[in-house]
Amino acid sequence: MPKPTCFQDVLMALQSYWSAAGCAVLQPYDMEVGAGTFHPATTLRALGPRPWAAAYVQPSRRPTDGRYGDSPNRLQHYYQYQVLIKPSPPDLQALYLGSLRAIGIDDDLHDIRFVEDDWESPTLGAWGLGWEVWCDGMEVSQFTYFQQVGGHDCHPVSGELTYGLERLAMYVLGCDHVMDMPFNAPGTPRSLTYGDIFREAEAQYARYNFDSANTAVLLRQFEEAETECAALLDRPATDPRAGRRIVMAQPAYDQCIKASHIFNLLDARGVISVTERQAYIGRVRALARACADAFLLTRAGGFAEAS
Amino acid sequence: MPDLLIELFSEEIPARMQARAAADLRRLVTDGLVEAGLTYAHAGGFATPRRLTLALDGLAERSPDTREERKGPKIGAPDKAVEGFVRGAGVARDDLEVRDTGKAQVYVAILERPGRPAAEIVAEVLNRTIRTFPWPRSMRWGGGTLRWVRPLHRILCILTEADGTHSVVPLDVDGIRSGDVTEGHRFMAPDRLRVTSFEDYAAKLKRAFVMLDAEERAETIRADAASLGFAAGLEVVEDPGLLDEVAGLVEWPVTLMGRIDDGFLDLPAEVLQTSMRAHQKFFSVREPGTGRIVRFVTVANRETADDGATILAGNQRVLSARLADAAFFWNNDLAVAEAGMAKWIEALEAVTFHAKLGSEADRVDRIAALARDLAPSVGADPDAAERAARLAKADLTSEMVYEFPELQGVMGRYYAMRAGFSNEIANAVAEHYAPLGPSDTVPTAPVSVAVSLAEKIDKLTGFWAIGETPTGSKDPYALRRAGLGVIRLILTNELRLPLGRIFAEDSPDLLSFLQERLKVHLRDEGVRHDVIDACLAMPGNDDLTLLVTRARALSDFLKTDDGGNLLSGFRRANSILTQAEAKDGVEYSFGADAKHARDPAEKALFAALDQQQPTIEAAVEAEDFAAAMAGLARLRMPIDAFFEAVQINDDNQILRRNRLNLLSRIRRLCLDVADLTRIEG
Repeated sequence: MPKPTCFQDVLMALQSYWSAAGCAVLQPYDMEVGAGTFHPATTLRALGPRPWAAAYVQPSRRPTDGRYGDSPNRLQHYYQYQVLIKPSPPDLQALYLGSLRAIGIDDDLHDIRFVEDDWESPTLGAWGLGWEVWCDGMEVSQFTYFQQVGGHDCHPVSGELTYGLERLAMYVLGCDHVMDMPFNAPGTPRSLTYGDIFREAEAQYARYNFDSANTAVLLRQFEEAETECAALLDRPATDPRAGRRIVMAQPAYDQCIKASHIFNLLDARGVISVTERQAYIGRVRALARACADAFLLTRAGGFAEAS
Repeated sequence: MPDLLIELFSEEIPARMQARAAADLRRLVTDGLVEAGLTYAHAGGFATPRRLTLALDGLAERSPDTREERKGPKIGAPDKAVEGFVRGAGVARDDLEVRDTGKAQVYVAILERPGRPAAEIVAEVLNRTIRTFPWPRSMRWGGGTLRWVRPLHRILCILTEADGTHSVVPLDVDGIRSGDVTEGHRFMAPDRLRVTSFEDYAAKLKRAFVMLDAEERAETIRADAASLGFAAGLEVVEDPGLLDEVAGLVEWPVTLMGRIDDGFLDLPAEVLQTSMRAHQKFFSVREPGTGRIVRFVTVANRETADDGATILAGNQRVLSARLADAAFFWNNDLAVAEAGMAKWIEALEAVTFHAKLGSEADRVDRIAALARDLAPSVGADPDAAERAARLAKADLTSEMVYEFPELQGVMGRYYAMRAGFSNEIANAVAEHYAPLGPSDTVPTAPVSVAVSLAEKIDKLTGFWAIGETPTGSKDPYALRRAGLGVIRLILTNELRLPLGRIFAEDSPDLLSFLQERLKVHLRDEGVRHDVIDACLAMPGNDDLTLLVTRARALSDFLKTDDGGNLLSGFRRANSILTQAEAKDGVEYSFGADAKHARDPAEKALFAALDQQQPTIEAAVEAEDFAAAMAGLARLRMPIDAFFEAVQINDDNQILRRNRLNLLSRIRRLCLDVADLTRIEG
């Protein structure tokens, strides 16, 4: 495989690698999320007994990480590449190392290490054990065996891989500033850098996230999402119109995702105090748990098999 | 006598858990073998990131046969009793024998257990060990139920005979079957290795780029790093904790030294060091003269064809990105500092210290007021003390401390300097958390002392006021450490602070808490607890400096002959007096008169008391307890001679009363120095 020359080469190399490894290559979830883990293909599908294998890229937003497009490596909007395989295969480490070779990281020349890093998402009520994977001292991925999601033990256990795409691509391509990284192939008639595409947006969102987002509106939206999530889950399992069982786990989970993102925005606006922070995280976690409970009552969550 | 080799091969074990796990494997397996009757000569445990290994020499071939005679009911006992015994012992009734115990004829069951081969016992013990291994945190993987720290892939378990032949101990743990195979270095020699003995195993691993022994890995890293530094005329900053950790991250350590971009060399040394250590696990390398950190040492897990050039270049780039972040925080922080830090101080209002004790801003107000009050007693300027206290917590809301909480105080000093405050104030900001542990340096600059004391006293009185005091092993707010901090600040600086007055309002038992901590502290110094009790019973016991001066003098005095004998004399006087006072219902406290003295020894004691009493009293007044006790020592001979020669309970009531009053004079003089009734033994 030729060595990648631009950001999208790296992305596409991962897509074909994991496709060949037998994963369903999904598309990003169409909502604002803080990390690829929030995609229902990970959060919900890690639950229940059914086998699963999915890989996808997920645009992710971390409002507090905005640097107006100036920082060489911090962005409030970036891409994560996410793989989830259930049950975790015995050769997952080898599969993962294969994916690094696929994007041009030759392990004969580089130093690749698995360094303890237990993963926990307080907002998702989820945790797992694993590592951050280091390549020459840089964290290139997070590697986790999910033990619990939404307060439920994972049986079987999923193996989860998360790649920070920009950082990984910068490393592979030898770029020191994310905005200078070629996005499509350099030398093509319309060659574009990452900065051509995102620099202006980064500045705009930094201004929005830090100073302009209307906090009163956000606070209201948080409450609304919370209420809607609970209301959807309160509906009877049987849909009167279709006349069959339809538990609305995923629409409810959308509201949970919304609440989580709004919380991140409020945090960036600096209007959440230390004590309130814990309370907000607890409220989002309660939603995530309720959605996990509901998912286990759907067919995808293994409900039919259980009855 | 075979040797046993066990290796549990898994995905990467967290560095911090490896040493403990190797010791646990050794303990659990050897305990289990010994319990099953299998002896061994020597055991060694090892750990690398991917393996836990145990090597046992001189294992017994099999456990010994055992024979036990179990005594049962007497002959003629009810059938039910006999049947119960037979069932319990697991023998047939016909196999029972009869023994004459001298008193009766009883049934006896003979329990013979043949010894079992080593392999069988090893398999059993190892299986149990794996299933119950005490990992701090363990996990499941795939579809299985077995727990291990990370997925377990192989179990190597072999017995090696003296002639070199070996056999696999058969074992199956949740589908993982034992064998005689392991793997070398993940990247440099990933092939499988078949091994026949521990020596063969260690040698093959070495050839396959695995150093089995963590100490050897650590020593290799230490020595290689030192020589890289030496060659460049630099020195590696020692960091034993980091060394151990890094030795647990590699099977084949390769040490590389790299440069820090010139643009970052102006960052404070602490920032460089903390950032490199926390994020990259790099050692810092400094110029011997200036202490400036100019390079780093990283440890890779492999050799490469380009001698680590790619690896080092990568590490250098990552470091630059990290330090760019640190520089970003530093520059933002400096802007706030140069503007006088008002933004941070204001932000403390939004930081909760404790729900019932308000915000950090509230706390700063209290500390500032207290530091001002304390300033005169510690020789500090009240204005300077208050100003330093108002700045002390400002860095908590700075970006650098948000990123690296361990730099609190250290950053505060830099920022206070940048804001134009004096060294005295900046140092107080840095030092006000100290002393943190029993071996941490105690501040001595007056302003630092005032703020440090105020910070700790506020913490103690605050948590006492809301009833959150330490209980048993629970001390979530580290109040014992704060208490010890107050004690060490007072003693080191010989401060005269009546703590009773400072604590009085909200927390009377806080003083006794501190006195308890002081006892623990002095006990480590070799001062006995009863000696401290004897001094605690004296007035001014809330003045810790006074208390300790007295306790040390008393402790020294009691170790001398004079001290011991004087104590006996005191006790004799006290016990005679106590009995007489109880009997007569009066207190003998006044009026001993030399004119009623008859015996020369009695007269001599009067004379000695007249002579020493003013000296002793003056010494006590001057808090020169050593001199006071020297005065008491001079009374020892006359007192001994007095008891030798004189009968206290004379028939003549005048003489008796006079003598009792004389004893009372001795008692009071002693009790003015310390409460000797509290001394034990």
